[in-house]
Amino acid sequence: MMKRRSWQEYQKEIADDRYYYARSCIRQNFFPGSEKAFIDILQNDLGKELLDDPKHSSCTGIGYHSDIVPLETIMTVVARQFSLMNEAGYENFVTSCITSFGIYCEVLSTWNEFPETEEKTRENLLKATGREFRKPASLAHTSDVMFHFRDQIAARAKHRLVNAVTGEPLKVVEHIGCHYAKIFPKSGIGGSEFPYVLAGMIESWGGEVVDYPERRHCCGFGFRNYLVQANRGYSIANSHKKLESMAPYKPDFIVANCPGCAMFLDKWQYTIAEMEGTTYGQNGHGIPVLTYEEMAGLVLGYDPWALGLQMHQVDVEPLLDKMGIEYDPAAKYLGRNGKYIGKPASAVVNCCPTDTIYDIRE
Amino acid sequence: MKKRIIVIGGGVAGMQTALRLAEQGVEPVIVEKEPELGGKLRGWHVLFPSFTPAEEVLTALRRRVNESGIEVLTSAEVVGLEPRSVRLADGRELHGDSVVVATGFTLFDASIKEEYGYGIYDNVLTSADLERMFNEGRVARADGTAPRRIAFLHCVGSRDEKVCQQHCSKVCCITGVKQAMEMKKLFPEADVFNFYMDIRMFGPGYEEMYREAQQKYNIHFVRGRISEAAPTIDGRVQIKAEDTLTGRPLRMSVDMLVLLIGMRANDDNARLAEGAGLNRASSGFMAPRDLFLGNVCSNVGGIFYAGAVTAPKSIGETLNEATAAADAAAKYAEA
Repeated sequence: MMKRRSWQEYQKEIADDRYYYARSCIRQNFFPGSEKAFIDILQNDLGKELLDDPKHSSCTGIGYHSDIVPLETIMTVVARQFSLMNEAGYENFVTSCITSFGIYCEVLSTWNEFPETEEKTRENLLKATGREFRKPASLAHTSDVMFHFRDQIAARAKHRLVNAVTGEPLKVVEHIGCHYAKIFPKSGIGGSEFPYVLAGMIESWGGEVVDYPERRHCCGFGFRNYLVQANRGYSIANSHKKLESMAPYKPDFIVANCPGCAMFLDKWQYTIAEMEGTTYGQNGHGIPVLTYEEMAGLVLGYDPWALGLQMHQVDVEPLLDKMGIEYDPAAKYLGRNGKYIGKPASAVVNCCPTDTIYDIRE
Repeated sequence: MKKRIIVIGGGVAGMQTALRLAEQGVEPVIVEKEPELGGKLRGWHVLFPSFTPAEEVLTALRRRVNESGIEVLTSAEVVGLEPRSVRLADGRELHGDSVVVATGFTLFDASIKEEYGYGIYDNVLTSADLERMFNEGRVARADGTAPRRIAFLHCVGSRDEKVCQQHCSKVCCITGVKQAMEMKKLFPEADVFNFYMDIRMFGPGYEEMYREAQQKYNIHFVRGRISEAAPTIDGRVQIKAEDTLTGRPLRMSVDMLVLLIGMRANDDNARLAEGAGLNRASSGFMAPRDLFLGNVCSNVGGIFYAGAVTAPKSIGETLNEATAAADAAAKYAEA
C-alpha cells in the first residue's frame, strides 16, 4: 500500500461518460493496441460513450517543445480541437498522450491567467478556419479515466496482478510522465510528488507498488534530449539511472502512462543490454513494460497479442506466465487475419537462447 | 483598585508579560488554550547558543508566575478580542483595561513540502521531532539503530515562495548548528551534513558557534537545497542536492534527514485580526503599529503584542519584548 494517503487531497473531476477522445501521435506505432484497448474497455466492458473523432489533429506539442511551433499556433490548434468537440456535441475532453495533456492544461491555464490570449486565439481560429469554440467542461488524461473506473474493472477482472503460483502480489514499478502533474500538480490524481493515478489501479487490481529511490526521476524522453541525436546519451542515462535504482526491488513489470516513458523504459533496456551487457529483469532478461491500457486489458482477460504486446522490446511472456494468462506462443507474430508480421532478431534483453548474448566491447 | 490586563497566551512571552505587569502593580490574567503553561518551549531540549536546558527557563518562569499569584486560565481558547475584553470558546467573557496578545507562532507543517517525504519515510524528521527525541533521551533511527550519516536541511517552510512563506524564520539556522552539534556529541562517529542556502548568524555567540561546529565538530556545511528525498531498499533516505559552491549535483544516502522547520504566522491570527480590526503583515504575522517606536503596539489602541506573534524571534528577544509590551499595556491601562 502507498503509505501516503495525501493523494486524496489532489482530486479532480473526472467525467463519468461521453468522452471526446484525442489520440496520441506516436502511441499507435509503439504500443499499437493500447488506444484500441482503451476504446474497447470503455465502450464494451464499461458501456460508456466515446467519440474517436478522425477529424482531430496532433496537438503539435512535439513541435512546440522543440521550438518550431509558436505558442500562438499551438493555442489555435488546441482551440480547433475544442471546436471539433463542440461540433460533435461533447464536452469532456480526454487525451491519450501526456504531452498533449500537459499542453491542454498549459493552454487552459494561460487563457485563465491571461484572458487576452484567449481572445487572440478566438480571433486566430476564426480567421484560419471560420470556427468558434467553447472550452471543455472537463479535461482528463486517459489514465485518469482508467483510474476513475478501476473498481469497476476490478469487479470484472479475469486475472489479478498476483503471482498465480505463489498468490503473492506482483511488484509493480509505476512511472508517471513528467507532464502529467509536474507542471500543474493539481492536474493529476495525487499531485506531482506522489501521483496515485497508476498506483491506484495497481492496488485495486491486486499488485504492490514499488517505492524505489529514483521513482520520481524523469525517464529521459524529454523532446530536447532525444530529438537531438547528440543528446541521446543524456536521455539514456536517465533511464539507466531509473533501471539501476529499481532493479534491487525485483519488479515484475513496469507500467507507465506516457507514450515516451513506456517506449524508452522498454527500448533502452535493449540498448543498455547491447552496450553494457546489463539486464535488469529476472533470469538475465529485461523487465516487461506495459501501458496502463495493456495492464487493464490483461486484467480484463484480453488476448495479449490482440493488445499488441508482441510489439514490445522486452518479451512479456514471463509476466503472462506469472499472472497465469494463457496465450498461444505460435500466434505471437500473427497479425490481423493470421497474417505473419515478421519476427525481430533475438536479443539479450529478450527470452532468447543464451548463445546470442555477446558483449559489444569484445 | 488595581488595573487588570488580559494576556492571551501562556508561553514564554505571555508569562514574562504577566510577571512584568505584576511587578508594575497591575493585575494580569493569563489565558492559555493548552492545559498547561509553557507554549512551544515545552517541547524543546536545550537553547542556543549556551545549551541551557529549556526546562530551566520554563521552570523559573512558571515558578515566578506561581509565586506572584498570577491568575491563570488554562484550556481556555480565545475566539475574539477587543481592547477591554476577550471572548472565550466556552462563551465566557473576560474584561480588563487592555489586552496583550502573546499567542506566538505555528510550526510549519513539513508534510507540505511533499518532496521530502515527511510522514511517509521513516527517518525523515523535523527539528521539533529531534528536540522531543533529545528530551526523551533516545535518538535513533526507526529500527532503533544509531545513525551513521545525518543530513540537516535548513529553511524548510522559510524563504520559500512555493509554500507562501517568504519570510526568514531567523532561528532555524542557529538551531541547525545547535542540533548538528548535539548529534555529533551523541554520535561522534557519524558524518553530519547541513544543507543551507544562507547561514544567518545574527545573535551574540552564534557565529562563534557556527565556526566551532565546523572546526571542532567537523560538521559539513553544504550550500545547496535538497531537491527531493526518497527511500532506499535498506531503509535509508536518498537525497539529491546541488552543491552550489562546487557547481555540481550531489546524491547521497543518509540514515536520518532532519528538516529545520520554520515559524509561520499563528493559525489563529486571521480570525483574531478580523474580529478586532488588527492589521497583519503579508506574511500573516500581526503587524505592529510601526517597527520602531511602536513595535509592541497594534494599530488598535489598547491591544499590544509580545513575542513571536509579530515575527519569528529567539527566546531572549521574546523575553525583552514581553517586558516592553507589559510596560506599554500598563501605561495605557493607567491613563
